Amino acid sequence: MTTVAATAHRTPAHHDDRSFIRKYIFSTDHKIIGIQFLFVSLFFLLVGGLLAMQMRWQLGFPGKPMPGGGILPETMAPGGVILPEYYIQLVTMHGTFMVFFAIMPLLVGVFANFLIPLKIGTHDMAFPRINMWSFWSFFAAGLVMLSSLFVPDGAARAGWTMYAPLSARHDYSGASFGQELWSVSIILVGLSSILGSLNYITTIINNRAPGMTWFRLPLSVWSLFITAILGLLALPVLSGAAIMLLFDQIIGTHFFDPAAGGQALLWQHLFWFFGHPEVYILILPAMGMVSDIISNGSRKPIFGYHSMVFAIVAIAFLGWIVWGHHMFVSGMNPTLGSSFMVSTLVIAVPSAVKVFNWMGTMWRGNIRFHVPMLHAVAFVAMFAIGGLSGIFMAATPVDMQIHDTYFIVAHLHYVLFGGSLFALFGAIVYWYPKMFGRMMSEPWGKVHFWLTFIFYNCTFFPMHITGMAGEMRRLYDPNQYTFLQPYQPMRVFISISAFLLFATQLIFFVNFWWSLFKGKKASQNPWHDNGLEWSLPSPAPHGNWETVPTVYRGPYEFSSPQAAEDYLPQYIKLPTDREPARAPVAGH
Amino acid sequence: MHWWLPLKASTFTGPIDGLFLAILIITGIAFVLVEVGLIWFIVKYRARPGRKAFYTHGNTRAEVIWTTIPAVTMVALGLISNHYWVQMKGRNSIPPNAYPIGIHAKQFEWQITYPGADGKLGTGDDFTVRNQLHLPVGRPIVVQLSSEDVIHSFYVPQFRVRQDVVPGMDIKAWFQATVPGTYELGCSQLCGLGHYRMRAQVTVHTQEDYDAWMKQAAQEASP
Repeated sequence: MTTVAATAHRTPAHHDDRSFIRKYIFSTDHKIIGIQFLFVSLFFLLVGGLLAMQMRWQLGFPGKPMPGGGILPETMAPGGVILPEYYIQLVTMHGTFMVFFAIMPLLVGVFANFLIPLKIGTHDMAFPRINMWSFWSFFAAGLVMLSSLFVPDGAARAGWTMYAPLSARHDYSGASFGQELWSVSIILVGLSSILGSLNYITTIINNRAPGMTWFRLPLSVWSLFITAILGLLALPVLSGAAIMLLFDQIIGTHFFDPAAGGQALLWQHLFWFFGHPEVYILILPAMGMVSDIISNGSRKPIFGYHSMVFAIVAIAFLGWIVWGHHMFVSGMNPTLGSSFMVSTLVIAVPSAVKVFNWMGTMWRGNIRFHVPMLHAVAFVAMFAIGGLSGIFMAATPVDMQIHDTYFIVAHLHYVLFGGSLFALFGAIVYWYPKMFGRMMSEPWGKVHFWLTFIFYNCTFFPMHITGMAGEMRRLYDPNQYTFLQPYQPMRVFISISAFLLFATQLIFFVNFWWSLFKGKKASQNPWHDNGLEWSLPSPAPHGNWETVPTVYRGPYEFSSPQAAEDYLPQYIKLPTDREPARAPVAGH
Repeated sequence: MHWWLPLKASTFTGPIDGLFLAILIITGIAFVLVEVGLIWFIVKYRARPGRKAFYTHGNTRAEVIWTTIPAVTMVALGLISNHYWVQMKGRNSIPPNAYPIGIHAKQFEWQITYPGADGKLGTGDDFTVRNQLHLPVGRPIVVQLSSEDVIHSFYVPQFRVRQDVVPGMDIKAWFQATVPGTYELGCSQLCGLGHYRMRAQVTVHTQEDYDAWMKQAAQEASP
């Protein structure tokens, strides 16, 4: 028996004499880069939310002037009434911002950067300058995408999936410059992800602390590792497709324009060959961080660690052979539909394994409901709904009815909001003390959680019903269809819930900013966790450790009979522990 | 307001609604298992002073069970679904006696070409009508879909039939209406700023009514 003594190396790794600009702006420190990603992508999350609110206004109250809509120009909303051409820009840019500039950078940009070196026990990323460029190309991409909202003929308007030839020819979409800026921005965001992924993979393979074997890695690191492999292989396909699209738009090639000999479905194959691995890029890191948090909250080792790792690998592998399920009714050979259906249904298996293992972790635990744990449990509950609703559209005959309806909108928001975003809120609260040295407010965190949980379900669950009724996606005014008119009260209900959901997020933003300055000072290990990052002071200093810690066990040794407390950190040496074969790496 | 799939008006509704219900039952069981389990664990295993969690790293038998059951269920579901998929969309699924109607989509209308008295498309007595799809009940219909410009999608919810209309491709889709009445044909693929109003009225007639309508419409259409 031993106690968890204060063994942290409390002094910063070395004297920090960098200028302000090197320290906070053009920083090569993985933690600063992670925090830069955090601020910028939270801003884009807010932008994406604001765009969604305008869509919900139009759907709930079609043709009525939007409050505050008077500031929009005549080309978007004359007198505050949203025009159809502006509505489809909202649809397009909401999806684009949320996928490429909010969820993906929040999961990967923020947490891969911040957590990987801290959790594997190293001073920084393998390639700190490439890491800096990854952030700045993301930032440039974000600025380009944001600026496209302000160009004269408006932003891109072919949906975030940018189906050609609508996206490829300006006479079809009605937008020129905005469409081109979308392509340029996506090429840049692809570059950012490729650079980042390269770095994460190299760092995890080469820079693990002594004793940090592959099967002692936290599941968050495993999932970020697999995600990085997906990113490295998938993003070049998107970038290539976006370059071809840009050529179609500006130099007169016709890759995607059948009127001149191109292929409309080529875009869809390229986009979804990227797009389906992308779906897992958007959920795997969330699953990994939720695993860490659930084990911590339950005070129990993660149930079935090896199954969890194999499930991540299986999802990533199967993720490459399911893209055709977006194209069952696209005109693709129906025999291909059969094989894509089977691979899609099979991918439900590793997802189910993960859900059951999270439940197994909570079983006979001693569960503490701190704010991150609340979000992690909600993640499991909501991801289960999103995963199960996916089975409907995986079955090709059923997909014929619900494809491109609000059933899909409900499904994807259950995975991306109920899944990824709940995990992100939990993860931000969880690692906030290690980022900023302060805690976020616990009571306000709970208020934010419960209101979000309620309004989120009120917003997205009814979309299953309107989707079953046949309400198509991306309709400016569904009341054009007689059979959709009876569902207007439900659309009003969804819209009001969405407004309340958005308002609730302001609690999070205020809590986030207020706690930066006024939050309770964080102790070294406020959650009584086992990871290496908790051996450092809060906030973690530049360079992390003077000498990296040695790892003696896996990351989930909660309630171990070997320790008096209910946790046993990876870096604590018990008398029975042997030194790992590899010598500790010296400070840099 | 209807809390289920739309009215049933084609032969596809039987298998599709049946599969939907089957999946709802399967996923419903999983849903209840997961959500009730979570709530039960939350209540039963909430932290209490002096208690320590049960120290375990897992159970191989449990892993095997909860991998095998979903795997078998999913593969079985795939095989059953595929049986119906082949009947509806398979390459040889279109009945040889299906009645042809040509549909040309363009931003933002449906141009519907009828085969005239000879029942064949591409002959002199064809005629075209905008945004009015008329068809006889109880007879397989094959729509021959083409697009002028961008991708559109042919969707009649009450028939449970959907097929993207892709420029540069000639795509055929078939269905058989079972209930006379009026329905709506919608575009379900974003096709530009007028996407939301790209709709057509669908009228399903009895065979006699259809023949009468066609005679009249052919006269009106010819100059």
